[in-house]
Amino acid sequence: MTLESLKPGHRARIAAIDWGALPPADAKRMRALGFETGVEVGMAHHGVFGGRDPVAVSIGRMTIALRKSQASAISLEAD
Amino acid sequence: MSENFRVALLGNPNCGKSALFNKLTGARQKIANYPGVTVERVAGILALPDGTQAEVIDLPGAYAFDASSPDEEVTRQVVQGEFPGEAEPDVLVLVLDAGNLEQHLVFAQEVLALGKPTIVALNMIDMAERDGLKLDATVLSQALGVPVIETVAVRRRGLDDLKSAIADARAQIGTHADRPVMDATERRLEARTIAKATVYQTSKARRVGDRLDSVLLNPWAGPLILLALLFVIFQAVFAWAAPLTDALDGGAGALGAWVEGALPESFLRDLLTEGIIAGVGSVVVFLPQIVILFLFILIMEATGYMARAAFLMDRLMAGVGLSGRSFIPLLSSFACAIPGIMATRSIADPKDRLTTILIAPLMTCSARLPVYAVIIAAFIPAREVGWGIGLQGLVLLALYLAGIVGALIVALVLRGTLTKGGATGFIMELPRYQLPSVGDIALGLWQRAWVFLRRAGTIIFSATVILWVLLSFPQAEPGESQVDASFAGQIADGLNVVLEPIGFNREISLALIPAMAAREVAVASLATTYAIDAENEEAEAEGLASTLSNRWSLPTALAFLAWFVFAPQCLSTIAVARRETNGWKWPLFMVGYLFALAYIFAGITYWSAVALGL
Ligand SMILES: Nc1nc2c(ncn2[C@@H]2O[C@H](COP(=O)(O)OP(=O)(O)O)[C@@H](O)[C@H]2O)c(=O)[nH]1
Ligand SMILES: [Mg+2]
Repeated sequence: MTLESLKPGHRARIAAIDWGALPPADAKRMRALGFETGVEVGMAHHGVFGGRDPVAVSIGRMTIALRKSQASAISLEAD
Repeated sequence: MSENFRVALLGNPNCGKSALFNKLTGARQKIANYPGVTVERVAGILALPDGTQAEVIDLPGAYAFDASSPDEEVTRQVVQGEFPGEAEPDVLVLVLDAGNLEQHLVFAQEVLALGKPTIVALNMIDMAERDGLKLDATVLSQALGVPVIETVAVRRRGLDDLKSAIADARAQIGTHADRPVMDATERRLEARTIAKATVYQTSKARRVGDRLDSVLLNPWAGPLILLALLFVIFQAVFAWAAPLTDALDGGAGALGAWVEGALPESFLRDLLTEGIIAGVGSVVVFLPQIVILFLFILIMEATGYMARAAFLMDRLMAGVGLSGRSFIPLLSSFACAIPGIMATRSIADPKDRLTTILIAPLMTCSARLPVYAVIIAAFIPAREVGWGIGLQGLVLLALYLAGIVGALIVALVLRGTLTKGGATGFIMELPRYQLPSVGDIALGLWQRAWVFLRRAGTIIFSATVILWVLLSFPQAEPGESQVDASFAGQIADGLNVVLEPIGFNREISLALIPAMAAREVAVASLATTYAIDAENEEAEAEGLASTLSNRWSLPTALAFLAWFVFAPQCLSTIAVARRETNGWKWPLFMVGYLFALAYIFAGITYWSAVALGL
């Protein structure tokens, strides 16, 4: 399962991140915000209207807005 | 004593650098050019306890030196002494959010590795406590090897200690401390270890703001709340400002009449009343509207709601190839395109950023308000169209929407052609909600009001005086109109050849020339031109609005409004676009396409109105 399909209010650990699928600048920014294998993330809020894009992800003590296309590069551990 | 030493504040975005900066320097700040919302270089003087002074600069927030956006790059260059024209800072004050130490310590490692004299301000202690965290600053200080001062910027807590620490750091200026240089992974591990040791009591990451977010970011309620808020803002700009604007207007009129009576008939008296008081006065009356608009923008920024608005707008912006990040610069551009264009520095993708710069002038800035307000007052009847909505307000709303729709279409076209590029993403931290600090908001408002008044006192003042001189000479023969005879009249005759087909008269052509400096000058110039004309005809001096409604046809007035939706009549905007895009190519393109749109749409408006028999 990847991050964009995590349900609001649920948490999971990052299993892997497909850095190659992200534009280099996005990858850099996401690394700087602490996205990496083994870190716990949560789905805080889904976005607006039909597409529910972007999503708000909680990581550490922060909430980060991401597009679903970016979140889909992050695979989660199954629990 | 030696000259001032230089202190730079830096840290992740939203750690409280600007709040700390305001408290350290008080009102003694110098803002280079125009103040942006969070990106401009701001410098101030800090008085130290020992009676000496330091120059403090507030740097843009950065997550890392390895920049992924232009404002982070500014921070890196300044700190490393590579920024042209900016001396390297002697002492660094590294601001950390006590409530999010693990994250903030990552950048801290990078800053400390520079080896410069550094002081850590462990800020937002109050918020950390509210979240149930307890921290030990001594442990942090030992781990980092630098002094750590606990601060609460908004409540002045720890400020004196911070000042003494800055004064003490003076002894180390020029020394280099050998601190470990680590790679990104090592920094993160180290940050985690230090944070664990420092925070001796922790809590679940649940924050008070989560409950607010579940309403404000609700997929359905969120956008409606944002829309309602935007509606309230625009309503306030007009309704709340009206009595103040009227008072200023009355004041300017009374001043003019007083000067008229107090001074003998002379060249100087005419310059004062027709040139300066009529011209500058007609612009200054819009100060209340500008202040109110900025008040809302500053509050949205300070509370943390602005980032939520960007989140909500991302979907819409994605539709035209931009991202939610463009929303903040574009919203600021409703006040003024200059801070708007500067705020684009937080957009990482260069093509996204360029597109946002190119469409920012289409947002209806406050300088257009004087123009719109005068024409609407003169030509649109103050009639209700139902539900308490006035026709005048509706026309104004239509003008705002025309700018927004125009901007979205232009963005879509540009993203498919000139600024084509891969789909951009959207990554943005949603900061904690905060109660805004009244002092910081007041200071921000004062700075923006001051910029506006300075503009009125310099650019608009000179433009009106020059225009007045050009209009007053050479003197008309008896029986000839002064405006016809003047230099300005002759220049306008030339321009009028081009502008006549879109319904403009000679006075408009005349007003458009000095209005290249700034849009609101158009109102000042019309006021000055008709004041001279009125004197010439020995007519009763009347308000500008009634003068216009007697002399212009409705199609002409509508075409004039349409022109100002698009026309890039603002030298400062062009200059800032040149600076931000590093060259003339894009500003020239911007000016060209905007004038073309202005001409086409003014023409369409004029001829449609004529055809409809208006
Ligand atoms: N409660 C609390 N709020 C703070 C403190 N310092 C700053 N703030 C608020 O945090 C928000 C972000 O601060 P700002 O100075 O703009 O952060 P910057 O991005 O680092 O310049 C503002 O609303 C400030 O009023 C603090 O110590 N305690
Ligand atoms: Mg700031």
